[in-house]
Amino acid sequence: MPDHITRTNLRTHRTHGWPHRMTASPASVVSARKLGLTFQTNDGPVHALSDVDLEVEKGDFVSFIGPSGCGKTTFLRVIADLEKNTGGEISVNGMTPEEARKARAYGYVFQAPALYPWRTIENNVALPLEIMEYSKAEQKQRVQRTLDLVNLAGFGNKYPWQLSGGMQQRASIARALAFDADLLLMDEPFGALDEIVRDHLNAQLLKLWATTEKTICFVTHSIPEAVYLSTKIVVMSPRPGRVTDVIESTLPRERPLDIRETPEFLAIAHRVREGLRAGHSYEE
Amino acid sequence: MTLLLRSGQGVLTLLLCLVALVRLPLLAPDAPFPFGMETTALILLLIAIGALVSFLPIGRLARVSVLLVTAHLAAWLLIGGISGNEGQARLSYFLLIAASWLLGWRCISELAEIKPSSRQFTMALRLLIPAIFGAWILILWEAITRGAGIPFILLPPPSAIWDRITGSLPILAADVRQTILKAVLFGYLVGCAAGFIVAILADRVAFLRRGLLPIGNLMSALPIIGVAPIMVMWFGFDWQSKAAVVIVMTFFPMLVNTVAGLGASGSIERDLMRSYASGYWQTLCKLRLPAAMPFIFNALKINSTLALIGAIVAEFFGTPIVGMGFRISTEIGRMNVDMVWAEIAVAALIGSVFYGVVALAERATTFWHPSNRGG
Repeated sequence: MPDHITRTNLRTHRTHGWPHRMTASPASVVSARKLGLTFQTNDGPVHALSDVDLEVEKGDFVSFIGPSGCGKTTFLRVIADLEKNTGGEISVNGMTPEEARKARAYGYVFQAPALYPWRTIENNVALPLEIMEYSKAEQKQRVQRTLDLVNLAGFGNKYPWQLSGGMQQRASIARALAFDADLLLMDEPFGALDEIVRDHLNAQLLKLWATTEKTICFVTHSIPEAVYLSTKIVVMSPRPGRVTDVIESTLPRERPLDIRETPEFLAIAHRVREGLRAGHSYEE
Repeated sequence: MTLLLRSGQGVLTLLLCLVALVRLPLLAPDAPFPFGMETTALILLLIAIGALVSFLPIGRLARVSVLLVTAHLAAWLLIGGISGNEGQARLSYFLLIAASWLLGWRCISELAEIKPSSRQFTMALRLLIPAIFGAWILILWEAITRGAGIPFILLPPPSAIWDRITGSLPILAADVRQTILKAVLFGYLVGCAAGFIVAILADRVAFLRRGLLPIGNLMSALPIIGVAPIMVMWFGFDWQSKAAVVIVMTFFPMLVNTVAGLGASGSIERDLMRSYASGYWQTLCKLRLPAAMPFIFNALKINSTLALIGAIVAEFFGTPIVGMGFRISTEIGRMNVDMVWAEIAVAALIGSVFYGVVALAERATTFWHPSNRGG
């Protein structure tokens, strides 16, 4: 019974002793401890994150799943230093998020492709390279390589508005990959796409993850997507945003699309659904 | 019956021809240069041919060509015969003008329905239709002012204005040099550049943003009529004072539009730049300025007309004896209305070219904007 196995894994994870200093284990890419974030609004404070403990290890594919307002995007934004935590501690690559951002430690893929319409696909992918002052030759070579990686070779001279939504999002992934950050933060990147395109991109993303050996943090609404992609699934619940369950996946790293019909897959999906339900009843 | 319905203008044209035929001659009996019999007959024949051809199912292009020739040849003959006979035209003359105008109308509406097959053809049509339209405004203007003998002071005919333009090229050239090349161009460039630079400073420095923008608002409310004489006091009679007025007028639209444009980039796009640890100037050059371009061009277009108005009006308040505004204000006093119209025509032409150049630059720069993508 896979349920049994994952639960064991979970227990080991939760009882894992935290190191006293912020520099966690050397393999730890993201390490959050009692992380909290409270927004001050006119209607009083909103607790977007509360007491979040999490370790993301090198090479992990971690999915964050939960209903709207559970703080999964906020958590990603804290890692990226796009928001500042108001409580607890967090380290990214052993640094503060701000230091990590300045060291260009991560690539961020947003909900929308956010490609600049005045730049061709090629130049959009080259944008971070220009800002980080890579040489022209290096830029050209990297753009070529990353466009090949997301199967967009031959579309470099098109403008974003001449491409379909799925291709645009692939271009934005290429842009996040172009400067070789080891950490990829993805905030519902396929949320606006239809199911068929999404399946296709999920399979591509897994392949990409296998070839580039990056650490990926992936926010999603979809249980099958989370289970299909992840080595670790973080289930979150809202008001205040917190982690209710962390599930280590027992699926092999090599995952064809039809793995989603196996009992093992369904058992993990069931576990995720249970976790989401528990978080919800707690609120009521 | 269906044959008649095919061209309403054709029916009306034939009716007008009939009435005109009954009410001949075209001019009053004591007109100095009456129309000859042959000319009158030719005009009637041309109009009748045009009207009849408009019914024929001979293909649109053939119909259009016949209409184009007959309508404009008839109008040309009518207008050619009226000069020297000002105020002597009778009803039949105006009926024939109306008849040829109806043919011209028919011609344009047939042209407008053509589905162009190639790019060049589309371009040619886009130019031809407004050209015919404009020509008819001039034809009617000429025929009515000369035919009805409207006093020269009230409205000179376009041919007289054209004669004045060709006859006074050196004066017009000197005025253009003084007003456009010196005051307008200098004022426009400096005013737009200053508005742009101050907008960026205000974006960078919070104290300027809070303090200067409201003052800028006040500046935009300054009446130009009040500012112009002050500028003449400060900067003297020559073009510098006019350039100063233009600067005052163009500064604010550019400031406001650039400030709005700098805020136009989306939050995701800005987060993206932040995730790259991009500096202020990098974000400005690679994201915020390109995103602001539609706003900046908006200001450039508004300013292209404002600058022209500002410089011409400012010259009413003291100038050396050259300049478009000076010429307009003095020639109207000497009842040389044709010179005033000549200056107006030149100003309109230059203003359109100015606007057109800015609009072309806009299309080349903001080709990516949803409003420009199609073309």
